[in-house]
Amino acid sequence: MTIKSEPFVVNIGPQHPSTHGVFRLRLTLDGEKILDADMVMGYLHRSMEKLAEERTYTQNIPFTDRTDYLAAMTGNLAYVQAVEKLMEIDVPERAKFLRTIMAELQRIASHAMAIGIFANDCGAWQTPVMHMFRDREKILDLFEMACGARLTLNYMRIGGVSKDIPPEWMPMAKKLLKELPKRFAEYEDLLLSNEIIVARSRGIGVLTPEQAMAYSVSGPMLRASGVAWDIRKADPYAAYDKLDFKIAVGTNGDVFDRFVVRLAELRQSLYMLEQALDLMPSGPVHERVGTSTVQPWGQAVAPLAFRPPVGEAYARIESPRGELGYYIVSDGGPAPFRFHIRSPSFINLTPLKLMSVGATVADAIVILGSVDIVVGEVDR
Amino acid sequence: MTTFVTGLEIAHLIDGKFPGAVEDAQPEFAVVKPEKLVEALIWLRDDDDHWYKFLSSLTGVDRIDWFEVAYHIESFKHNRTTTLKVRSNDRENPSVPSAVPVWEGAQLQEREAYDLLGIRFEGNPDLRRIFLWEGFAGFPLRKDYLNMPGGQMAGLERFPGEPGVELSGRGTE
Repeated sequence: MTIKSEPFVVNIGPQHPSTHGVFRLRLTLDGEKILDADMVMGYLHRSMEKLAEERTYTQNIPFTDRTDYLAAMTGNLAYVQAVEKLMEIDVPERAKFLRTIMAELQRIASHAMAIGIFANDCGAWQTPVMHMFRDREKILDLFEMACGARLTLNYMRIGGVSKDIPPEWMPMAKKLLKELPKRFAEYEDLLLSNEIIVARSRGIGVLTPEQAMAYSVSGPMLRASGVAWDIRKADPYAAYDKLDFKIAVGTNGDVFDRFVVRLAELRQSLYMLEQALDLMPSGPVHERVGTSTVQPWGQAVAPLAFRPPVGEAYARIESPRGELGYYIVSDGGPAPFRFHIRSPSFINLTPLKLMSVGATVADAIVILGSVDIVVGEVDR
Repeated sequence: MTTFVTGLEIAHLIDGKFPGAVEDAQPEFAVVKPEKLVEALIWLRDDDDHWYKFLSSLTGVDRIDWFEVAYHIESFKHNRTTTLKVRSNDRENPSVPSAVPVWEGAQLQEREAYDLLGIRFEGNPDLRRIFLWEGFAGFPLRKDYLNMPGGQMAGLERFPGEPGVELSGRGTE
């Protein structure tokens, strides 16, 4: 006797802890096996690209905080670099180092969250996340000292950064850098050999190097597939050309390797930060742009409005999630004619169907967790 | 450092392989004719001297007189990047060939350009709206979406109080 069965549709999300925000995954199942995976997104769509066309270049910087809200510094950095490329502005050396330091601190904070939440998805309910929050908290304190905000930072400006760090910042940062290696060793001990994590993530959601490249996957996901491509190395921006580091590369391209690559990148970021703090020169942190004013103590302030030349620029950086690019078209007006965000969270979702078809429902949660999406950046 | 292959250089290369395929070339980009686009992209992807295996970004732009799609492509092997474009002059129903047969990574990005700008990608297997729902009226990123009273297009002409620019209307003596 055969039992008649038919495909069954399950909605994961939009309100579900494993979707990391308001994102919906529509799975067609045969028993526990996934036959089809359809993504439904747009619940957080704010049409930033349209809004930006009616605001000046400086007014658009806060939007870049609100795309990837777990890595606002790198969002700022990618955008201001695109405008600087368009206007051919050279940034003072100290500002370049400050940008690099902030971007790397942000990477540690963001990767820590990614690792903690991934362990959460694997079933280690909340404890790893709280451990990660402990370190992230200290990094957010450093951000607060530098710019007054903790989440939506709005720190960088076209031509430099908004303000220099206060004198007490350096000792605090150095103290944190001394503490972190011990913590990272603890995470590696607790998570890397954890039987449940290994069992749930080995050999799941595999992307070959060819597939990863064809599907425009970037960042830790691309490197986990064995492609040693890091924009910080291949096309150094800010002060990365003066820093030494190694690219963390995986071999199998599965969920476990993505997690290992992120853990390894924590160590590399720390290594870069140690060098950058020693090498940081003194001097101004802002270049004069257009009609920018100079304050009595000699610091240039970014102007609210200026007109870049007619043209277009595409600038990309290595954000914690992958290649974050800003494409800006200028018609010579005070606002961008076209403002496009190439967001890694969104594009890294392209192979989700490829990775999940044939896997089980429980695997789909882990696969989505390994992509490390931020829905603010997916929908924009 | 990544070398940027200028639009003029890449236009010269494409024109050498596919005579007459290039429509326009600027230092920043080269414009390829739509009927030759997929052929040219496949050649750039597979040829050992180019090897543009990675589609970095795909963007639709409303240029008012025409629609264009910009492809920022990257070659990991040679550490090169370049920009290609394709244009569509049809204001009502713009359509360009799909790049999905070349790079699967174009899939979601083409859906995004279709959703927000209404550019149809011929050959895309799954061209549906992505952020907005089916039945949403209009395409928000088009320049003529929700025009101001008097037919003026939305967008910032001049920032109020911008130095060096005369204010007209309210605010002047």
